Amino acid sequence: MNIPANLRYTSSHEWVRNEADGTVTIGITDHAQAALGDLVFVELPKVGRTLAAGEACAVVESVKAASDVYAPVAGTVVAVNEALTATPEDVNKDAFAAWLYKLQPADPAAVASLLDARGYESVIAEA
Amino acid sequence: MSQPAAPQKSTVLNAVHRAAGARMVDFGGWDMPVNYGSQIDEHHAVRNGAGMFDVSHMCIVDVRGDDVRGFLRGALANNVDKLAVPGKALYTCLLREDGGVIDDLIVYFIDERWFRLVVNAGTTDKDLAWLAQLAAARAPALVLTPRRDLAMIAVQGPRARAALWSALPGSEAATSALAPFNAAFVTVAGVEYFVARTGYTGEDGFEIAMPAAAAAPLWQALAAAGVRPAGLGARDTLRLEAGMNLYGQDMDESVSPLDAGLAWTVDLKSPRDFVGKAALAAQPAQRALVGLVLTGGRGVLRAHQVVHTAHGDGEITSGTYSPTLRASIALARVPLGVAPGDQVEVMIRDSAHAARVVKPPFVRNGKVLVA
Repeated sequence: MNIPANLRYTSSHEWVRNEADGTVTIGITDHAQAALGDLVFVELPKVGRTLAAGEACAVVESVKAASDVYAPVAGTVVAVNEALTATPEDVNKDAFAAWLYKLQPADPAAVASLLDARGYESVIAEA
Repeated sequence: MSQPAAPQKSTVLNAVHRAAGARMVDFGGWDMPVNYGSQIDEHHAVRNGAGMFDVSHMCIVDVRGDDVRGFLRGALANNVDKLAVPGKALYTCLLREDGGVIDDLIVYFIDERWFRLVVNAGTTDKDLAWLAQLAAARAPALVLTPRRDLAMIAVQGPRARAALWSALPGSEAATSALAPFNAAFVTVAGVEYFVARTGYTGEDGFEIAMPAAAAAPLWQALAAAGVRPAGLGARDTLRLEAGMNLYGQDMDESVSPLDAGLAWTVDLKSPRDFVGKAALAAQPAQRALVGLVLTGGRGVLRAHQVVHTAHGDGEITSGTYSPTLRASIALARVPLGVAPGDQVEVMIRDSAHAARVVKPPFVRNGKVLVA
């Protein structure tokens, strides 16, 4: 299973990348895309929306099932990957390249409390 | 985990699926492949070339003895008297006295002392119990034999028949003249195959029953002939595009076949009596099963979503994303009066989305029929 060491993770299968400008980029993990199967629909949050940590803010839907995507930390949506709504299958091809949205975290330190790659690996091993 | 899980059953091809990297799921107590990678690619392989499904979880039941036809004439909702030529097949429901659907199945006429049923995996036990009890009362000398010694592979798609002939040299002569919904026995290298020109995809192809030990060699030979393994995921999108019902979803024991789009399989006009006939005659259709294509908004239609129509509310019984239409489609049970061309609204995650009513099938033989 592909779990890049430079990212942070949630137990609800989001990945989180710290960017140089202080924002964070969020997507769903390779494990999540494999479990969902072929994605056919992605619904993204509106830019400017304020999210609480753990708030459902996006939907990824496969042929099989719909799944909510949650905010890993509190913050404001500063960008969404609009192109993905036309090509949701990009998430299946490379889940760590096909990002969903970017947040400006309310507390920049909050990201450090998320799971690291080893922590996430043990989450999916238990599932 | 409120109940201990029943021991999971597996088909003779289980190891073959796992070796091919299949994602396995529980399906009616069976450990079955849902996909081997992209289920959409598997879907397109069947529409455009050839794909194969392990359908060994379904159960073949042989019914043998004197006057099997007479027994089935009363036991099945469709009329086995339509089966005049050996090898001919018929789709039918098995009904309760109150008209509820116990199962849907295919019955093959082999000879007057031998008919063959192919029933759903999840309903096998109750079907056998029901048929045994019916036979005990009406034809106690009949012998019902579940054939768990046989495996089944469905090869489907425009290239499916040619692929079988290539994979199983010598099979062409006995099967090339088979019309749709006909079957024949073929013996190749001492192994007997029951080859039926039937399927659950809306494409041409065969469903092949054989001794379990012959299944893996045939599967590998078909793969070598260019047939792509396909799982339950693609099987569901293909059958839904083909407008075919799935037992347990589009109908069950609480639903009359007349409310499940299956009136065409029920013969109420002939004097023939059958289990459930009186109930169906007393209770005409209350609802219609129609097709829906999602036109407004985005998302995927799913079972249990509410459908708002001008004639009242209905409910989706099966919904999915159609890889062929590149749109979401569904079967929905709606009030009578809803007709093809009507605009309706479907509730997806608390918001209303526009959909158009169509007459299934959505796709047949690779062609979109509802454009």
